[in-house]
Amino acid sequence: MVTAAELLSVAAFAQGLAAQAIPSFGSERTGAPVVAFCRVAHRPIRSHDPITTPDAVIVQDPTMLQIPGILDGLRPGGLLLVNSARRPEDLGLTGTSARLVTVPASELSRSRLGRPVPNTVLLGALAGLTGIVSLSALQEAIRSRFSGDAGEHNAALAADGHRVAHETLAEGDSRAQAG
Amino acid sequence: MLRQVEGSRAVAETVARCRPDVVAAYPISPQTHIVEALSDLVAEGRAGRCRFLMVESEFGAMSACIGASAAGGRAYTATASQGLLFMAEALPNASGLRLPIVMTVANRALGAPINIWNDHSDAMSQRDAGWIQLFAASNQEAVDLHVQAFAVAESLHVPVMVNMDGFVLTHAVEAIDVPDQEQVDALLPPFRPLHVLDPEHPVTIGAMVGPEAFTEVKYLEARRQLRALDVVGEVAERFHDVTGRRSGGLTSSYRLEDADVVLVGLGSLLGTAADVVDELRDQGMAVGLLGVSCFRPWPFEVRDTLARASRVVVLNRAVSVGAGTVLGGDVRLTLAGTPVVVHDVVSGLGGRPVTRDLLRRLLTDAAEGRLSDHELVFADLDESLAARALESELDHEEVGP
Repeated sequence: MVTAAELLSVAAFAQGLAAQAIPSFGSERTGAPVVAFCRVAHRPIRSHDPITTPDAVIVQDPTMLQIPGILDGLRPGGLLLVNSARRPEDLGLTGTSARLVTVPASELSRSRLGRPVPNTVLLGALAGLTGIVSLSALQEAIRSRFSGDAGEHNAALAADGHRVAHETLAEGDSRAQAG
Repeated sequence: MLRQVEGSRAVAETVARCRPDVVAAYPISPQTHIVEALSDLVAEGRAGRCRFLMVESEFGAMSACIGASAAGGRAYTATASQGLLFMAEALPNASGLRLPIVMTVANRALGAPINIWNDHSDAMSQRDAGWIQLFAASNQEAVDLHVQAFAVAESLHVPVMVNMDGFVLTHAVEAIDVPDQEQVDALLPPFRPLHVLDPEHPVTIGAMVGPEAFTEVKYLEARRQLRALDVVGEVAERFHDVTGRRSGGLTSSYRLEDADVVLVGLGSLLGTAADVVDELRDQGMAVGLLGVSCFRPWPFEVRDTLARASRVVVLNRAVSVGAGTVLGGDVRLTLAGTPVVVHDVVSGLGGRPVTRDLLRRLLTDAAEGRLSDHELVFADLDESLAARALESELDHEEVGP
């Protein structure tokens, strides 16, 4: 999570944007709920307060959606990107006006790495859905953080996420045309 | 060159370029990333002839720095929270012996209850240790202040503490320009110690001084500390000449022109506060911001600036229990005899974020006369939770041995 925010900020910086990644530390152990923030802007970022009104929320573990208040502040029409193999309408999320997208990031990761590490898939999907950073900038950030095979596998995973995002967008377009 | 890098890493690289002879440290959150990175840089041979001493405690770290500095070396350490308190015995020795050690404090709350998150109670508890205390408002300033800290320390032979907000700055990844080696060398000539412990030419330093001269020693120390009010500004000017960047100095001003309500604060909340000031100015409110970069010695010159306001809101991330806040007291003293109303406010303790909403509310309440000016304001207190706990404390008052 913390790494995801950092990678996104590095990719944005490489594209000439101002970016800031701030982890919010709780219990420092693997598996505990962790929140991290990333700001991207066209002008220098002065604030260091946590983000309370995000444009996009990425949920790496869908069981976290049960925590009350987790989507507070997400603006209507904001992006809610969830790591899940289920369809958005099957997540049982009611009462949110966010744009809900699911990506089977753990499954995609497992097929390439043999382990469920959804980070880079979700970042690729975020890039594809929002255009906030390009896939190539994201892959460059990944390769500079992880050397060798780990870098290449994660760069490929980002491309997987990016592809799924584009399929989702295309699906949405065809649905809109049909409707 | 700007890079997207973690604050701690950038500080470690900067310290390495300051060519320390000795880095002695003991790990404690949220300082760990700084000393881990420095230990790597030393091991990789990227910190010149620096020796990294992994000591057994913070007391050991400060003692090793004192020894290294007294032997003529440039010495650095970093700590936080109770780690700083474990050094407390040695801190006045460093200042009293005129050893220009530089230390980063990755500011963190003091326990109990144990809390690893950011506030300023650690640094403020050591207010009277004789160290110069600088506070960084951003990671860029944190980096820049370390170069300036060595220059100030060695010019006056007084140790300097560089405060940077734990986690909020130390663990944030941002675009930071680490000064290059030529720039650092231009600002930091080789260290010339006042006196050197040398077995070939034995001298005693730190000998006992009795009532016949102790007062005079302390008087000189107080005078010397006040000279930093000039030196801190001069070093910031030289830094600007070399790097082209404005960093450090005694204070920073933001939109103070005709400001009726001025917020005074220090550390990373200043960036958020600048955004809020812009927002309120757009709505027609005459608000401004004064950032304290040099907390000790206290820049009394802010009187001229602050006296033009009608209200000053002092935001402190530490409580001086039973009295108010340290910063609030300093500002009140500075403004004595003026009609300026001072609001003493505590907020952001133990990692509770200082948000835009909170700052907006504080400044608006002050402007509209809704903020207390006679008792300490706990601006982000959960009042119902506190009231319930208070009630149960009163219920149990009679219980005891």
